[in-house]
Amino acid sequence: MTLVNEPIPQPATPAPAGPLLDVRDLHVEFRMRDGVAHAVNGVSYSVRAGETLAVLGESGSGKSVTAQAIMGILDSPPGYVTGGQVLFQGRDLLTLGREERRKVRGAHMAMIFQDALSALNPVVSVGAQLGEMYEVHRGMSRRSARKKAVELMERVRIPAARTRVGDYPHQFSGGMRQRIMIAMAMALEPDLIIADEPTTALDVTVQAQVMELLAELQHELNMGLILITHDLGVVADVADTIAVMYAGRIVETAPVHEIYRAPAHPYTRGLLDSIPRVDQKGQELYAIKGLPPNLMHIPSGCPFHPRCPRARDICRKDHPPLYDVAPGRASACHFWEETLNDE
Amino acid sequence: MGRYVIRRLLQMIPVFIGSTFLIFFMVFALGDPVAALFGDRAPDPATAAQIRKDLFLDEPLWKQYLHYMSLTFRGDFGTAFNGQQVTELMADAWPITVRLTLVAIAFEILIGITLGVLSGLRRGRAVDTTVLVLTLVVISIPTFVSGYVLQYLCGVKWNTVSPTVSPEAPLNELLLPGVVVGLVSLAYVTRLTRTSVAENVRADYVRTALAKGLPRRRIITRHLLRNSLIPVVTFIGTDIGGLMGGALVTERIFNIHGVGYQLYQGVLRQNSPTVVGFVTILVIVFLVANLIVDLLYAVLDPRIRYA
Repeated sequence: MTLVNEPIPQPATPAPAGPLLDVRDLHVEFRMRDGVAHAVNGVSYSVRAGETLAVLGESGSGKSVTAQAIMGILDSPPGYVTGGQVLFQGRDLLTLGREERRKVRGAHMAMIFQDALSALNPVVSVGAQLGEMYEVHRGMSRRSARKKAVELMERVRIPAARTRVGDYPHQFSGGMRQRIMIAMAMALEPDLIIADEPTTALDVTVQAQVMELLAELQHELNMGLILITHDLGVVADVADTIAVMYAGRIVETAPVHEIYRAPAHPYTRGLLDSIPRVDQKGQELYAIKGLPPNLMHIPSGCPFHPRCPRARDICRKDHPPLYDVAPGRASACHFWEETLNDE
Repeated sequence: MGRYVIRRLLQMIPVFIGSTFLIFFMVFALGDPVAALFGDRAPDPATAAQIRKDLFLDEPLWKQYLHYMSLTFRGDFGTAFNGQQVTELMADAWPITVRLTLVAIAFEILIGITLGVLSGLRRGRAVDTTVLVLTLVVISIPTFVSGYVLQYLCGVKWNTVSPTVSPEAPLNELLLPGVVVGLVSLAYVTRLTRTSVAENVRADYVRTALAKGLPRRRIITRHLLRNSLIPVVTFIGTDIGGLMGGALVTERIFNIHGVGYQLYQGVLRQNSPTVVGFVTILVIVFLVANLIVDLLYAVLDPRIRYA
């Protein structure tokens, strides 16, 4: 993991003025039979080329849905983007036509999914699944696409790539499968990669290797990376910035080291306190009390107030805006100063 | 794979022997074949005894079966009562029924899978509901009803096709009967495809294909269909035998001189060599079709490996 902790080498070409991806006030809802679930409620974040943004949150916090909305692969119905902008290299993707949008996917922004076994097609050989990126987006012949597939597999260090290119996903180990997923995302050297829990389904030892590979390729190609995870351990090593999500909103954003040192939102603090630590062996593990809110009935005021140890009257009434805590830091808590200074 | 095929072929032997013996026994139970040969006249006892001796009918049933089978393996299926070799009857009848079955299967695949994909992709919408209701109606109507109704409508009332099929049974005359033979299976293929597509369309690998920026058509044909058609192919394969047997009713309706027609005549006239001969071949077709389906399954789904 040394590679990632070194100062990031600046690319030779000057970076474009604006961020690579700028999500502004994104809203997504799911219209279900028994009501409307407000999955994303005004999320804004941005990623620059070469930067890694970690999006942290419990299941149901809207982190994956935000990613799907950015990619344009929301299940619709029932999911709909109801507001906001997704500016990618200066263009608002939400205003593009279906065909234009398709050409962005895979070629300019790619996605890595959590469970490679179900995310890869079980009845198509990995070579064909990798090669079709070149066939579809580059118009290559099947033969030259297959050659490129072997190169890709070698690049993500799959042993005996030449002989394994015709194998099927179930014939690979979990780590190797995730490497194939990564290879598929890298195929056309996109500018942005969204990795949705890329290591959750893997063994701890394999997790580190896969994250290392991902970080290495990211630096090589100077890509922006959005790393969606609930694993704080993974984040600390790789991310530059962290955005913590709760009930479809960002509750805190900060550079990675600052957030670990002193969180400015009680929810972040709760997450950090619930990491098991070796020096606290034998003691009861801290857990945030209560459950994440039902997205059909998000609590009034601050959505975290029913679970918050700091909640007061104002929290039940007024929804906290994102207060600027420091340059590059923000927290959606009325009492961020108390939280920040509390030890 | 090779060992699997050999094992399956070996397993076919007891199934083959069991089913053919059963047929042999049941045809025997139909009544005295010698009496049937003479029709309404009472046979002369001496002649009858001679015929019985010539045809091994005085031997125990198992000996008769062995004798029949040993002849069968030499390609001799015996002689029908009208003096024609059963093999000759087969040579005339089988190609017609095979053609009829192929028409039915082509119809199932083209219409059934198309309808199934269309409704599966639009689950819960008007198209889907319509297809579900229509297939339910088709499944509920027996072949002899749909056969006569379609024959009357297309062949008599609108006069678009010939209501009966000429002895040579050219392909264009087999279109309507083929539709009738395949109609119920078509409804099943449609429903099976629909369910399978509707289930797979939410699969993770379809989302991956979408995230790769593949065009919709390619996602459906290369990714969704390859997975969704596995159960459908299995169904169509095992249905081949059923279609050939089911052709019995349809061949009667449209006067097609195929396997069903010969079988029907054979049973009606207690013509045991014809019945046993044709059913024996049907059994083999059925067994081989099942084996091919199982092998095809492994080709379609690489996760399945036979050892």
